[in-house]
Amino acid sequence: MSFEISSNITEQSPKLGGFAGVDIPNYDFITNCMHCGLCLPTCPTYSLTGLERSSPRGRIRLIKSVADGELEMTQTFIDEMNFCLDCQACETACPAGVKYGALVEAARAQIFQKRVLPLKERLLKWIFLKNVLSSKWKLKLTAGLFRIYQQWGIESVIKKSGVLKIFSSKLNDLQALAPRIDTQYSDKIIPEILKPQGTAKYRVGFLSGCLMNVAFAGINKDTVDVLLHNGCEVITPREQECCGSLQAHSGDFETARRLARHNIEVFSKYELDAIVMNSAGCGAFMKEYGHYLNDDAMYAEKARILSTKIKDISEFLIGIEFRIPTTQFNKRVAYHDACHLAHAQKISTEPRILLAMIPGIDLVELPEASWCCGSAGIYNVVHYDDSMKLLERKMDNVKSTEAEIIVANNPGCLGQMQYGANKFDVDVEIIHFSTLLKRAYRLEN
Amino acid sequence: MISSSVLKKISSIVGKPNYLDSQEDKIVYSYDGTQLLKQLPEAIVIPQSKEQISQILKLANEESFAVVPRGSGSGLSGGSIPVENSIVMLMTQWNKILEIDSENLTVLVEPGVITSQLHSAVEKIGLFYPPDPGSMNICTLGGNVAENSGGLRGLKYGVTKNYVLGMEVALPSGEIIFSGGKSVKDVAGYNLKDFFIGSEGTLGVFTKILLKLIPKPETSKTMLAFFQSRHDAAETVSEIIAAHIIPATVEFLDRTTIKCVEEYTHLGLPLDVESLLLIEVDGRPSIVEEDAIKVVELCKKHKCTDLKIAQSETEALKLKTARRSAFSALARVRPTTILEDVTVPRSEIAPMLERIDTIARNHNVTFGNFGHAGDGNLHPTCLTDERDKNEIHRAEAAFEQIFDESIKFGGTITGEHGTGLAKKKFLEKLAGAPAVEMMRSIKLAIDPNAVLNPGKIFSVKPRCEGTLPRSREEIKKFEELGVFT
Ligand SMILES: Cc1cc2nc3c(=O)[nH]c(=O)nc-3n(C[C@H](O)[C@H](O)[C@H](O)COP(=O)(O)OP(=O)(O)OC[C@H]3O[C@@H](n4cnc5c(N)ncnc54)[C@H](O)[C@@H]3O)c2cc1C
Ligand code: SF4
Ligand code: SF4
Repeated sequence: MSFEISSNITEQSPKLGGFAGVDIPNYDFITNCMHCGLCLPTCPTYSLTGLERSSPRGRIRLIKSVADGELEMTQTFIDEMNFCLDCQACETACPAGVKYGALVEAARAQIFQKRVLPLKERLLKWIFLKNVLSSKWKLKLTAGLFRIYQQWGIESVIKKSGVLKIFSSKLNDLQALAPRIDTQYSDKIIPEILKPQGTAKYRVGFLSGCLMNVAFAGINKDTVDVLLHNGCEVITPREQECCGSLQAHSGDFETARRLARHNIEVFSKYELDAIVMNSAGCGAFMKEYGHYLNDDAMYAEKARILSTKIKDISEFLIGIEFRIPTTQFNKRVAYHDACHLAHAQKISTEPRILLAMIPGIDLVELPEASWCCGSAGIYNVVHYDDSMKLLERKMDNVKSTEAEIIVANNPGCLGQMQYGANKFDVDVEIIHFSTLLKRAYRLEN
Repeated sequence: MISSSVLKKISSIVGKPNYLDSQEDKIVYSYDGTQLLKQLPEAIVIPQSKEQISQILKLANEESFAVVPRGSGSGLSGGSIPVENSIVMLMTQWNKILEIDSENLTVLVEPGVITSQLHSAVEKIGLFYPPDPGSMNICTLGGNVAENSGGLRGLKYGVTKNYVLGMEVALPSGEIIFSGGKSVKDVAGYNLKDFFIGSEGTLGVFTKILLKLIPKPETSKTMLAFFQSRHDAAETVSEIIAAHIIPATVEFLDRTTIKCVEEYTHLGLPLDVESLLLIEVDGRPSIVEEDAIKVVELCKKHKCTDLKIAQSETEALKLKTARRSAFSALARVRPTTILEDVTVPRSEIAPMLERIDTIARNHNVTFGNFGHAGDGNLHPTCLTDERDKNEIHRAEAAFEQIFDESIKFGGTITGEHGTGLAKKKFLEKLAGAPAVEMMRSIKLAIDPNAVLNPGKIFSVKPRCEGTLPRSREEIKKFEELGVFT
């Protein structure tokens, strides 16, 4: 087995200081940073170390230094780029509108192309991002094996054997972080085409996702049901693949683009009013398809059109005549902002407005609601300790609300905070907005 | 260059994890919030105790290197940018609020406490620390005291200096003193603490700061008024104050800024107006009501074209967004945004703005103007691109003229950002040579080896004493220091 990562670097490739090849950080974005520092207080990694190099402003300056040829892509540079959660809280805070996310992702693409990641991390990324997650059948196969592993007690045998320590001494702890694989994938329980009762008012596509499909099938089902309740015909194309966001965030733009092209083809086959997402990370990334395929003559236009149709479930419901549940839902609820919803898609009032519309709900504000929970893609696997510090801070805030339910609209956050509730012993249910809404509808009869 | 043996000594004082000298770390401490300036330090130290600060300063005197104190690096005059042969002393980890004394209404803090965190801590118990610089979510109180920072509430409540009761300072020699205290009155000896306020890290490193608090105003009322001419706006401000109403905030935005703010925030601001005033009165409910009515009357008397009065906390926040986002909105227009802070007597605001307009036109550069109308503190903001050398030259020339004009109007070259590196060549024009010479002799009396943040505010080197520079490069260096001007 080889895990060579192909790259397009040739002698004639464009160069910018120490960067070369495709996906060079955009120098205009770099210059837009006026190093005012207003992003620093919102950055979780800066709060962890207190050092400028772990801050957005510091990272931008490091990227600039490489672009100016004043610094190599050193180990420290690589570490800082990977230490970043890509939560994009800094983008929300930035007065100058600096596209930080695009910069750090391009820097990671450069690191990825240069193959300078540590072997362990490369292996993990190669297995999970380039192979398993980026192909539906491989993911199902892996998930199937994992399910057997989780159900048949092999888990504890392996744990004792310490085999997993090859990757990290923390991997034993990490297993608990892995999502429980559902007994049924959403593919199985959600038919390709579903019609609502009565005439359909909207026709929407639904992204079942990669992880959502195998580990959060229940939430997918709830989302589809909510859409049906709201008069939508729901199309969940069988041929769809993972959206590509996890790959892009870790610098593998090539795989990400391949997946994007595939999904564009698949969804373009239907006349759709919207394509609805229940995962913030997928939504944020698919809204950027246009940007990622900008230089692809064949796909640029199609990508842009598709991107305009992408809607988070809360964003979609706010835009239509949302059917308000009629029965009292008497629970104390707080809302956690998923980074890729609040910061990347700027969606934070919509879910709160919808929640407040549900009768009976006692909606309380979660302190630091838009502060990252530490999940951040595979961050909690690669940077376990830092991730746990952020999670602890999040769970302390959760505790202070005395809420019975925390709503989070992203699978990563759900898994992470569920783990946090157990680890830090907080008595709270962590659920997706769709799940809550479905329960509210169910109370009606 | 600081020799490696000296660096080793520095490192052994603070301990390994608190000593940084990687290329990456030097790069990220080479700037602050000031545009166009940078310089790499030789190392960065994060002192863990005042004894360590003391030891480092003593070593600096022995081994002739410079020490540059640094808060969050949000300064806009280059105060915490390293100088040649220097190390950065990072104070952000000194972030504890040590004591809130609600009987004497004082708070004792470490210098690295973030300004807005102090706000939340004291407001929780009904107390108030008024200075609120635009950067309050990131700037440190140490930086605030060193720059004597102002904010939106300056007109009624004053600036940082009005709230400093005392401080513990490590002097350049390494000795540590405490000056001031909780007593409201104190006339024993020279008033040393005031002397450190606004010293921009050149006279001492603060290790503790004692601040005054006041009771939190019970209520407030916020409004936005729009005017067809800035003259009308200026007249309104003057009359409000002549009527003995002192609002907490009187802020203005000019036409360009209003346009940028509307494009960015979509608040629904009218675009056909020349200026906008944000006014907030605060205090006891009955007085606030009365004052608000008076202010509205005066706005109408001076032909305001539109008036929005906030009916709730949320609406007030929305109105304040118009002003709070002024800088952000302007910063988005072009890659480089140079924000200045010339300040003129309140009565001269309108004519000063006319002058800025003309100067911008003559130099073919774009300016947005906003600022604190109540205290004459203007923020002419140049929207430019640092990669266009020619445009940057024009911008610099424009600013130079703006400073000159401000001085002519009886104003100053900086109202709150400090002199630092950015304004030092204009200081003599404002203060006069003898005054700058006096500052220099004070500095050298306290810091004879010029170890603390040398070269900020003014050059410490005596004019061409010792061997004369010979080579072209040497001469250039002195020229840059302003020695020949
Ligand atoms: C967007 C923006 C808005 C701003 N708005 C305002 C405003 O409204 N009003 C205003 O007045 N300023 C404003 N500023 C300027 C700046 O934020 C202030 O000058 C602030 O006080 C700097 O604090 P800092 O912690 O960032 O200090 P730094 O920039 O790190 O340092 C500033 C100076 O303080 C010295 N210093 C820092 N800590 C210590 C210490 N412990 N002992 C001795 N010296 C020390 C440094 O040597 C330096 O000379 C703004 C800046 C930005 C970027
Ligand atoms: S807030 Fe924006 S402009 Fe300011 S330092 Fe951060 S990224 Fe740069
Ligand atoms: S994306 Fe998040 S972690 Fe990364 S620099 Fe921005 S705020 Fe910090």
